[in-house]
Amino acid sequence: NLLAWAFWRLIYNPTTSKVVLLACGSFNPITNVHLRMFELARDHLEDTGQYSVIKGIISPVGDAYKKKGLIEASHRVEMARLATESSEWITVDSWESQQSDWVETAKVIRHHYEELLAREHNRDNVDTVKYTKKRRIEENYIASSVHHRKRDGPQLMLLCGADVLESFGIPNLWKQEDITEIVGQYGLVCITRCGGDPYKFINQSDDLWKYRKNIHVVHEWVTNDISATHVRRALRRGRSVRYLLPESVVRYVQEHGLYSADSEQKNADVVLAPFQKYSDASTSG
Amino acid sequence: AASLQKNPTTSKVVLLACGSFNPITNVHLRMFELARDHLEDTGQYSVIKGIISPVGDAYKKKGLIEASHRVEMARLATESSEWITVDSWESQQSDWVETAKVIRHHYEELLAREHNRDNVDTVKYTKKRRIEENYIASSLMLLCGADVLESFGIPNLWKQEDITEIVGQYGLVCITRCGGDPYKFINQSDDLWKYRKNIHVVHEWVTNDISATHVRRALRRGRSVRYLLPESVVRYVQEHGLYSADSEQKNADVVLAPFQKYSDASTSG
Repeated sequence: NLLAWAFWRLIYNPTTSKVVLLACGSFNPITNVHLRMFELARDHLEDTGQYSVIKGIISPVGDAYKKKGLIEASHRVEMARLATESSEWITVDSWESQQSDWVETAKVIRHHYEELLAREHNRDNVDTVKYTKKRRIEENYIASSVHHRKRDGPQLMLLCGADVLESFGIPNLWKQEDITEIVGQYGLVCITRCGGDPYKFINQSDDLWKYRKNIHVVHEWVTNDISATHVRRALRRGRSVRYLLPESVVRYVQEHGLYSADSEQKNADVVLAPFQKYSDASTSG
Repeated sequence: AASLQKNPTTSKVVLLACGSFNPITNVHLRMFELARDHLEDTGQYSVIKGIISPVGDAYKKKGLIEASHRVEMARLATESSEWITVDSWESQQSDWVETAKVIRHHYEELLAREHNRDNVDTVKYTKKRRIEENYIASSLMLLCGADVLESFGIPNLWKQEDITEIVGQYGLVCITRCGGDPYKFINQSDDLWKYRKNIHVVHEWVTNDISATHVRRALRRGRSVRYLLPESVVRYVQEHGLYSADSEQKNADVVLAPFQKYSDASTSG
């Protein structure tokens, strides 16, 4: 009975919600700053005493995003894999990067949430045979609808920087209903830097303000601006990027000769996928 | 033999970084990379080695943990580097050693090694010896952040003649951040201005303020410091339970060694 109790406590603490963090982005390339975001977010959420962060997912965007300087997804996924090899909780998922068309972030979130529920459901089914008591408690658990979020069911939250939050205001970059879905049904963990003021931005948007309880702002009190853009610039100029990226990623970049003046010109004359998509929609009315 | 130097017209440089390294972070390691890139970019230098010299416990800085740990963490951090090394000579001295003395020590070692190499080679490579007659000895430069440069102005932290020796005879590579203005500081000091050619200012255009102080604070609060330090160092810190509220109180009531030394000197007149 003690063993059963211990197992029960281990897998299900009724007072905390299980959370999976999902980070979407170019990861062009992945840097220590990206990885820091996960660590900061986990510490912050668990510090509230309400959450238990069980997994982190890095989902590099597909090539169809057409961002200037975006190198092949295969490289970006592999670098993220190398970067997270030694992490016990952060993983990489290539589903998004394998789609032939650009996929809206809300769709990526929906996909991963469905996978999360399916895994939980399967696990429950396997356990049910062995743990009858647990099954009776879980009777209230409804796994069918992706839009149903029981308070103590697993949650999927979008992890991002303050720049992503503020990009919600850029015309034709996001669909309004997608923003509402992301903050309303899932949640956002937003890592902000010194000097940034995400609260002001949240306050100025009725949508965001309505779901402010679902937006977790994490202050990083020291500035750490080393961006992937900076890393690519350094590489173009033959400068060292050691200690800005995990060592295995530095080696990979060197071995494959990634990031040059040429690679930075990729998609230079192409319109970013969301702009293309949403502009077409509005012009075709 | 000449291939060791990429370009025979460049001066060989060894970079020496003194400091607490309490603990060593990715930012410290970045300084070396930035400095090397900068110096080699001028076409005048060839950086052949980097040395990390953690300060001894006798420095008595608040929160300074045992040198043995700090040296070991620096070793773990540089294990995979082909050019950055750690030297424990300074940390093994029982009294605090002035930076100028540490520089002198390492410069003498540098010359001695080259002298030995020359002697061995001379017997075998007579031609090389003739070419090397115009041999320019390697330089040893102090690598530091802009905060160290500006600390030259803090009373009783440095001896004036030491500052003159460091910038006059050796050289300084100073990594500065956005918003800092080392040139203004250099301009305001006659000493520094006189030897401005020996002060190499390297601009880091993006702010990277993750300091050892920040890392220790995060550790005290049970927060993750992953990806701020090399993984082997994160593991070492965890395994040894380093950096707590207690360790941060170490030397809290003690006067920093240079202040003690230079205040004594001035009061005893």
